[in-house]
Amino acid sequence: MSAASKAERAAANRRRYEELRAAGQELKQLPAPTALDGAPIAADAVVQTEQVPPGWHTTVRLSRGEALRIIDDHGRSSVSLLAWRSEDPTERINCADTVKVQWSAALSKGRMILSDMGRVLLAVIEDTSGAHDLLVGGSTADSTLSAYGEVTRNTQANFISAAAKIGLGLRDIPPCVTFFAPVTTDAAGRFVWHAARKHAGDFVDLRAEMNLIVAVSNCAHPLDPARPAATAPITLIRHRLPPPAVDDVCRTASEEAVRAYAFTDQLFA
Amino acid sequence: MPSTDPGHLVYGFDIPAERPWSRVLKRGQTLRIIDSEGEQAVDALIYAAADTAERYSAQDTLRVQGSAYLELGTRLISNRGRVMARITADTCGRHDTSAGCCSCESNAVRFGEATRYLHACRENFILELSRHGLTKRDIVSNLNFFMNVPIEPTGNFTVLDGPSSPGNYVDVTAEMDLLFVISNCPQVNNPCNGFDPTPIRVEIRETAAA
Repeated sequence: MSAASKAERAAANRRRYEELRAAGQELKQLPAPTALDGAPIAADAVVQTEQVPPGWHTTVRLSRGEALRIIDDHGRSSVSLLAWRSEDPTERINCADTVKVQWSAALSKGRMILSDMGRVLLAVIEDTSGAHDLLVGGSTADSTLSAYGEVTRNTQANFISAAAKIGLGLRDIPPCVTFFAPVTTDAAGRFVWHAARKHAGDFVDLRAEMNLIVAVSNCAHPLDPARPAATAPITLIRHRLPPPAVDDVCRTASEEAVRAYAFTDQLFA
Repeated sequence: MPSTDPGHLVYGFDIPAERPWSRVLKRGQTLRIIDSEGEQAVDALIYAAADTAERYSAQDTLRVQGSAYLELGTRLISNRGRVMARITADTCGRHDTSAGCCSCESNAVRFGEATRYLHACRENFILELSRHGLTKRDIVSNLNFFMNVPIEPTGNFTVLDGPSSPGNYVDVTAEMDLLFVISNCPQVNNPCNGFDPTPIRVEIRETAAA
């Protein structure tokens, strides 16, 4: 390629990049958070309900179109989550792409959680909280030892256990998302915990956009300063949904979302 | 070029623009990654040579550091909580570990279908990992040397122009025997390479026995 055409290509790519960034960060209108008493689930839509005690994990299989409600009943829990595609678990949650593609590390209602294959694993269709963590991840033996002076049940061990029970191992455990973990960065890049952004009854509804195996760990987030550890049971409700409307907020959130959904829909065409 | 001279040179190689590279780094050795022409992002995966199920973990590293960016002194932590390596010199000052690596698939989502058939880091990683019996499953989280990805308090997340000047380098000193895998990023759709990938140089030095 000649220097002139290289420079032209670079200028065109920069223009496109800046346009997408403006659309993603400056013009974006995200939906308002769900009200704490909003989005009731009809009794006949419930497939399965489970309470997970503090420190424990569970695995839920979701079919495309079903949703998982995760409820922080007492406002004391953080819930870490991994997801693999049922038919091919080498396709799995990718927090880096989730952040990068949406130009934001702040997960909230209207956003999507992406796989490593440019497809949508989960859509955040309801969310009372908007305070979730995609960067720091769950607790480990080391993090609990340094926080509490003893090794306690932790998310890293939970995920190893959950993965082992579906024939996967340590190498299948990528970075996770943690719900109800109000973490931001300050101007210097230091992580900040916002305790006031947690409320009893906070919930998220995650719609499965492909058939998924989801592992959920109920352990205190490593940045949660509460001593002793903030722990309480959480509730999981797997439920059926009507098919998404054409103007579904997640499917139409951005050019990137439209493309990611198109690639996802091809799997089921 | 300034030098911290961490030991005598035992290996040097120029990685061409857009290409992958890998090598075992012995405990105590220092890998110097030099951005020869400047503004070039360098994506890297790190595995424990003795057991590749143990590998670099971005989230564990950020948690232990309490901070979102890699810099001089950062301990690179494994998914077993062990220190794999340390950043022992840095003339650039800004490196990322949150933005992942580019792939044909994510490029198509971010920039449109027309970018799908552009060479990408994930392709590089898969090809290089295949030489060591590893697969796509083994790509979990990576480092991006010389990549500037500020994260704002609002969460806004942007890849900015490559912050490195020609000759800027970063030294990574191994605390255990490591398989170090690099993709000299082929990305031309965002500013991490100044939209024009260029070669980098890698050098390995033996650190005097500590």
